[in-house]
Amino acid sequence: MLTETQAWDVLHAVPDPEIPVISVTELGIVREVHARDGGLHIVVTPTYSGCPATEVIAQSIRDALVAAGAGEVDVETRLAPAWTTAWITEPAKEKLRAYGIAPPSGDAAVGGAQPIRFVPRKLACPRCGSTDTTRLSQFGSTACKALYRCQSCLEPFEYFKPI
Amino acid sequence: MTTTPAHIEYVTRLGDNALILGQRMSEWCGHAPVLEEDMALANMSLDLIGQARMLLTHAGKLEGKGRDEDQLAFLRTEMHYRNLTLCELPNVDFGRTMVRNFLFASLQVLLWERLLASSDTELAAIAAKSLKEARYHAQHAGDWVVRLGDGTAESHERAQAALDYLWPYTAEFFAANPTDEAIAAAGIGPAWSELEAAWEAVVVPVLNEATLTVPARTPFKSYGKFGRHSEHLGHLLSEMQYLQRTYPGAQW
Repeated sequence: MLTETQAWDVLHAVPDPEIPVISVTELGIVREVHARDGGLHIVVTPTYSGCPATEVIAQSIRDALVAAGAGEVDVETRLAPAWTTAWITEPAKEKLRAYGIAPPSGDAAVGGAQPIRFVPRKLACPRCGSTDTTRLSQFGSTACKALYRCQSCLEPFEYFKPI
Repeated sequence: MTTTPAHIEYVTRLGDNALILGQRMSEWCGHAPVLEEDMALANMSLDLIGQARMLLTHAGKLEGKGRDEDQLAFLRTEMHYRNLTLCELPNVDFGRTMVRNFLFASLQVLLWERLLASSDTELAAIAAKSLKEARYHAQHAGDWVVRLGDGTAESHERAQAALDYLWPYTAEFFAANPTDEAIAAAGIGPAWSELEAAWEAVVVPVLNEATLTVPARTPFKSYGKFGRHSEHLGHLLSEMQYLQRTYPGAQW
């Protein structure tokens, strides 16, 4: 059996399958951990509705805790409150940057009539730090990221969009 | 809260909209004009299919007959689908795809905003999640509508043709039957009459910016959300449901 504190320690080491430099706890998707008779109850809030990693994440959480001797582990998916990039921890944002992904900053998309007036904020390139960057696409390799290019070092990079 | 047939019908409509447009948009995978848009369309499809999973799961629970998301998606025929006709129309070209996404995502943003206050708390939770995604879809499509409409002669012509073709189907967004009246009365969802002006206030300025002419309303009516579909839905379902129809109950 694991205590709740021990369970959190195990979860701090479970990587996000898409962005393995940060853990599922740093991503802010593990909301609650409850010890109970014979095991653990874990509450997870998914990032995007269609994120293909959601099931892999639940499975890796279960596997890691079971391997650490947690007994029976059940993972509950909770929708409300909806996940937001504001739940990504500050150290994790630095890890994202070091990994080559610009971390979320500023406000989420507002939609509606504004899109055509919308000028994306000048993002700093995670590689060279230049703010002379341009957005290539609102959607990158996954729904949670946009694709940018740095005009200074000419490297493409991804931006974790705020939602 | 006791579940009414109108409630099940309403949540099914929302789920079917997301599922059918998600499936339609996924046809672009590997075929979009540029790689970045290929990825964007695939990602937006995934968002919509994810929303459909939550909504159809919820509809199945409300129904209480043990049908899950997969049974609702793969084992209903077109007459049991309740999506807006607009969602099932063929993609044709990138212009029509972007104009459709813009018209639909703009509606979704307004609808999800109102459903945050739904008396159905599960639906409100799905709305909170979907709203964040719909805003990015609306922004993406809005950008493209302006680029295409106010672009070259060719792109303008195609965007205008797309708008002329799709616009009559948007009347269906705001059509109401007793289901819609029951939903508004129960505080589950907004009255469509209230949404129509709000939608036009969002959509028309962008179409103007895109130098596109907003077509006049005509008597044309479509009735997909009431279960009367165009010829296109059956073809879409025959592809989407092929595996479950050929190997019933197959799992992997």
